[in-house]
Amino acid sequence: MWNSASDFFAMGGYAFYVWGSYGVVFLFFAMEIALVIRRKRTILQRIARIARMNRE
Amino acid sequence: MQIFTKAFWLQLSSPKVFYPVAGKLAPWFAIAAAILFVIGLYVGFFVAPPDYQQKDSYRIMFIHVPLAWMAMFVYIVMCGYAAIGLIWKTRLSTMMASALAPTGAMLTFLGLWTGALWGKPTWGAYWVWDARLTSFLILLFLYMGYMALENAIDDPQRASRASALLGLVGIVNIPIIYFSVKWWNTLHQGMSVSTSGISMEPSMKIAMFTLAFAVWFYTIAIALTRVRSIILERERHAAWVVDLAKAGGR
Repeated sequence: MWNSASDFFAMGGYAFYVWGSYGVVFLFFAMEIALVIRRKRTILQRIARIARMNRE
Repeated sequence: MQIFTKAFWLQLSSPKVFYPVAGKLAPWFAIAAAILFVIGLYVGFFVAPPDYQQKDSYRIMFIHVPLAWMAMFVYIVMCGYAAIGLIWKTRLSTMMASALAPTGAMLTFLGLWTGALWGKPTWGAYWVWDARLTSFLILLFLYMGYMALENAIDDPQRASRASALLGLVGIVNIPIIYFSVKWWNTLHQGMSVSTSGISMEPSMKIAMFTLAFAVWFYTIAIALTRVRSIILERERHAAWVVDLAKAGGR
């Protein structure tokens, strides 16, 4: 269907719209994944720190 | 078998029991989502032929439609959890509702974003105040209102009650979005998948449904991971949470 890699990336002249859609979707997904992982790490560290403070 | 007993399922509604279960399930949904994304994107970009009218711009549909479907579906699931929490006062249900809201809002935003980028080459405008687009924008505001209300009230029980009520009132918007293309004369095209007759090439349908399942499994993986943080945050005084954090967490 595509004659070359540049033909594929050109998307028949709609590169901005097609890659602008898929690019932003996967950028947001990547950011959300990073955020949920960080949130869990942060809360666990905070609870551990409070527990250490209470012991002292 | 253990899974056939009522006690097994009741147990799962306890945040303490659900925490490790969610942790075990999330990676499997993430892996399934990743595989489905690869297959769906491959079919969408390398198997499905260009559209005879819209050429290659129509490939936005493969992600736009799943995002829009899931944005509405997640809202219904979120309200279902919120309603269960409201009626039976089960803490885990309200936590699941809170875990779904940010992803639902993000899917709604991305549905609007991909729609705008598809609208420009197709209609000549990024945005029009059409019934479908306007009702979908209201869905974004409902998600944002739900999260804002929940965060604005300090007492978690009152917060989840208030946001659940807002969410449930807003559910009337879902049929409005869904049927808007039938009820009003809109610029937005009709339903891509109709029960009467086939309007799409099989490979196009495969790409769209595969990506719909990919987005669904992605949402489940994210919600399961986020609900674990919410459990830890709300149960931070419980002995098991403190012990878990001291042990380095897992």
